Amino acid sequence: MNKEETLLQLRNIVKPYINNEEAFENFTEDTDFITDLNINSANLVDIILDVEDHFKIHIDNESMEKMIDVKSTLEIIETKLAKKR
Amino acid sequence: MSRRVVITGLGVVAPNGVGLDAFTHAIKNGISGIRKDPDLERLQFSCQISGKPEISEELSLNYFTELELRNFNSTGILYGVIAGMDAWKDADLPILNSEEPDWDSGTIFGTGTSGIDKFRESIYKIDELQTRRLGSTAVAQTMNSGVSAYLGGKLGLGNQVSTNSSACTTGAESILMAYERIKSGQANRMLAGSTSDSGPYIWGGFDALRVCTFKHNESPEQGSRPMSTSASGFVPGSGAGAFVLEDLETALARGVRIYAEVLGGNVNSGGQRGLGTMTAPNPIAVQKCIKDAIAHAGIHADDIDTINGHLTATTKDSLEIENWSEALGRRGIDFPYINSLKSMVGHCLSAAGSVESVAAVLQLHQGFIFPNINCEDLNPEIESIIDVLRIPRKLIEKELNIIAKASFGFGDVNGCLILKKYTV
Repeated sequence: MNKEETLLQLRNIVKPYINNEEAFENFTEDTDFITDLNINSANLVDIILDVEDHFKIHIDNESMEKMIDVKSTLEIIETKLAKKR
Repeated sequence: MSRRVVITGLGVVAPNGVGLDAFTHAIKNGISGIRKDPDLERLQFSCQISGKPEISEELSLNYFTELELRNFNSTGILYGVIAGMDAWKDADLPILNSEEPDWDSGTIFGTGTSGIDKFRESIYKIDELQTRRLGSTAVAQTMNSGVSAYLGGKLGLGNQVSTNSSACTTGAESILMAYERIKSGQANRMLAGSTSDSGPYIWGGFDALRVCTFKHNESPEQGSRPMSTSASGFVPGSGAGAFVLEDLETALARGVRIYAEVLGGNVNSGGQRGLGTMTAPNPIAVQKCIKDAIAHAGIHADDIDTINGHLTATTKDSLEIENWSEALGRRGIDFPYINSLKSMVGHCLSAAGSVESVAAVLQLHQGFIFPNINCEDLNPEIESIIDVLRIPRKLIEKELNIIAKASFGFGDVNGCLILKKYTV
């Protein structure tokens, strides 16, 4: 899976939680979940669970704390996927 | 001058009708909402029938976002939010998207438990060491104040937002608490009401207590039989009822329809002393509650046209009639009309007082007394106290002025409301 594909899949996972359509249209690596997409901070835990289910990975507490924007989330997904291989 | 409190909006989610139109049609025509319950049958309950409102996914989406319905598993919050938002709309109130909450409006929306199915789901996850996978809404769905919290957010309420809980008195109590809040000038408008979860995990304890009927598993619509000789226990039910209570001046200024005036009422407890226990009412307290409600409302016992009773369809029904008769000093043909909505919807537990009060307010506003079903074989003990003509078995079209509504609950708690047709 290349980075573009992962980004697209993450975009689909995040979609139900967003509160800013415009920012979502411009979903890039630099997008922040809370400041750009206006996602309710409580929903970040739901996004993490959805990411776990989708990519069949386990995200530890330390990684979870970092998953507040697209860039760090992509990095964590890639690291976890690499470990699986 | 002291403030007057009126009802300007109604909402209802009942086993025999969701929404005011369906519910009004059902109660006028004696339509039962009691059905065979496959869950209770599978789980080998003694009582395998129940009263559950039917809510489609489509209807839910009018009140909740798709996101809110993800992993949502709380029937009580579902019913309460539908009834509450319906009442708000019925009172012609807008849902503002302003930054500032509505400081003058609040809610007292009661319940016995919250999200009991969500709670069960969570407990299983925790025991499987999956606490981290509970999701973000396990707390909001299972905290007792979940229903008032959801409503407060949807309506932008900025006054008191709270949930009361007093077993089967909850609904009547919520109306009185909201009334007091407005009466004392602390709010102009309060959404009152109550809700109850559905299903085996809320009803199991009652089945174990042997207070539910097991004789009508094959004849569900005949199962709930208040005041009948063959009453053999209550039928578990669920749902929600809601009311917009408003300061009269505010209501008049808005030019909105006024359903009824809340004249007053009373809540008390028998203290589980005398004949009162955790599960049985102290008759002295019940009578005192009714008398104090009448005094508080500033009316006379003779002014009451009709009573909406608690009357659950257990052997205690005749005791309730006797308590009313003693408290009012009225017997035989001199007794007011009396009916029990439970004959059609079962016992909606923490929602009973509010669902039944919606029926009472509709009666006042439209001028009718709904029929009692399933009491063709009237209990002779009841017949010895009050005249059979006072227990309508058919719809009566009649102008009414004052209704007394009472609810009694576990913990030996009582509540009685006095409602009046609104006149200048």
